[in-house]
Amino acid sequence: MTQVLDQPVKPAPPLVSGAERTARRRALLEWIALHSLGVAAALFFTLPFVFVFLTSLMSDTQALSRDLVPHTWEWGNYAKVFDTPGFLTWWRNTLVYAGLGTALTVVSSVPVAYALAKFRFRGRDLSLMLVISMMMLPPQVVVIPMYLFWAKQLDLSGTLWPLMIPMAFGDAFSIFLLRQFLMTIPNEYLDAARVDGCGDLGTLLKVVLPMARPGIAAVALFQFFYAWNDYFGPQIYASENPGAWTLSYGLESFKGAHHTDWNLTMAATVLVMAPVILVFFFAQKAFVEGVTLTGVKG
Amino acid sequence: MSALTLASKRRRSALRTLAFMSPWLIGFAVFFAYPLISTVYFSFMHYDGFRPPTWSGGKNWAYVFEHYPLFWPALRNTLWLVLVMVTLRVVFGLGVGLLITKIKTGTGLFRTLFYLPYLAPPVAATMAFAFLLNPGTGPVNSILEKAGVPAPGWFNDPAWSKPALTLLALWGIGDLMVIFMAALLDVPAEQYEAAQLDGASAWQRFRYVTLPNIAPIVMFAVVTGVIQTMQYYTQPLIAGKVASGVIQGAGTQFEPGYPDKSTLTLPQLVYNLGFQRFDYGSACVVALVLFALSTAFTALLMRRRGGLIQAGD
Repeated sequence: MTQVLDQPVKPAPPLVSGAERTARRRALLEWIALHSLGVAAALFFTLPFVFVFLTSLMSDTQALSRDLVPHTWEWGNYAKVFDTPGFLTWWRNTLVYAGLGTALTVVSSVPVAYALAKFRFRGRDLSLMLVISMMMLPPQVVVIPMYLFWAKQLDLSGTLWPLMIPMAFGDAFSIFLLRQFLMTIPNEYLDAARVDGCGDLGTLLKVVLPMARPGIAAVALFQFFYAWNDYFGPQIYASENPGAWTLSYGLESFKGAHHTDWNLTMAATVLVMAPVILVFFFAQKAFVEGVTLTGVKG
Repeated sequence: MSALTLASKRRRSALRTLAFMSPWLIGFAVFFAYPLISTVYFSFMHYDGFRPPTWSGGKNWAYVFEHYPLFWPALRNTLWLVLVMVTLRVVFGLGVGLLITKIKTGTGLFRTLFYLPYLAPPVAATMAFAFLLNPGTGPVNSILEKAGVPAPGWFNDPAWSKPALTLLALWGIGDLMVIFMAALLDVPAEQYEAAQLDGASAWQRFRYVTLPNIAPIVMFAVVTGVIQTMQYYTQPLIAGKVASGVIQGAGTQFEPGYPDKSTLTLPQLVYNLGFQRFDYGSACVVALVLFALSTAFTALLMRRRGGLIQAGD
């Protein structure tokens, strides 16, 4: 198109040239409109982060003003948050809950997902339907009997065990996601393993697991985020014992204790958000790499 | 002889299935079936956690539906959220998905920026919005007032608390954006070319090519949105607690639904009845209402989903 317009020897008929120019102008206008919209949307999505971060660096008095940008950059606010009694304990508890919970979930969910994806047995479709139903069940529906069970019968309230122990018995969402992923592994690989004399467990460990790495990474990522973000669970089981609080739960009490200190509260907020976003950036790469390396998808 | 080996083979295969399924079978029995039956049982009992439970017939049910002052406001709020928040989220998610598929420069950067808020932990995101929208010194109202626009009370005004929650929900649109983006890229390009040859306008192409192709995904987004709204808990709770400003520490004593019950949702009632009032029986009634509603929509999802869930079968 541009070549035609650039040729001086053979001038295009004025009508066509005009139409071409209009088309190009319209394309340019469209590009500008689209990217203006894109920038506007980007501002909507990023400005909250920016304002939170800027406020986290303000002095105590300035945080009470309507200023948007700090006069002095008080990096010490972050040190103050770490010095808050309990903050490091919440951090450790969150890592244990998210880390151990994720490990338990993966170990217990993989065999179930494998059976649902690759075994033929009566009741398989029913089991899958029940898994989906469990996935959609709000935790509040069964919390009263569960609380009575953990607190009154096993005396485990004030700890995070009532949240982690169930993860050793399969997590519905993880089972479902892994099952969807394992469905994409061709049966020929499993048959070949069997011919080579692998038992069921051997096939799962030596053939399926390496191929399912991206799926497992995705499940681990989701479960880690779930535990990190969970508020209801710690509220029910850990509220009576600040030594068992997690970051998501403790953050809110932070606001209670620091009432008007928006700067410190926002610094704590940044510290709760940052790890999740960092994990995402690292895991996103591993995830994409995993998908391309194993060649399962395709 | 061969019949015998066949039988033993079958038995071994059944045992194998049982072994692989066992974590979930135990989990299903202990953490799903038992507590669900138990919830039904307690909904007919009077139980405060100290004295042994006693039979109370339909009293808890009558109390929740007729006298419990928070039940109907919570249900009305849920309806509001389903009608307004779910609709706006689907429309906005589709809009952002369309925008990202059309943008050709810096797509990766835009996509990451649009997706990030979805990752923000709910408590942290709600705290951030409670700060951004706080009527006293919040940046949003500062900017609105400078621009001469009347600044609302957001989380402190019963009329504005749900719109403020909606704004927070729209900020975290990343999940829907990704789903819609994938669906939009799957629409066959030939159909657009054919429509263009027929002289269809941009709106007509969207209406007659794009929409019919992504209709199942829109349906999926609506139904999962409704199910998520039934479970909506952390954001309205934190918004109410922070805005009320009276909380000291994270104890159990706070007025749910601040301001004026406008942020109450059903899951909060289970907490209020069970863990603030120690009326476990009535808490189980609300839990069962919640169960009935979310099961109804889950059933709708499984029926409507068709190709979505059985993908790969």
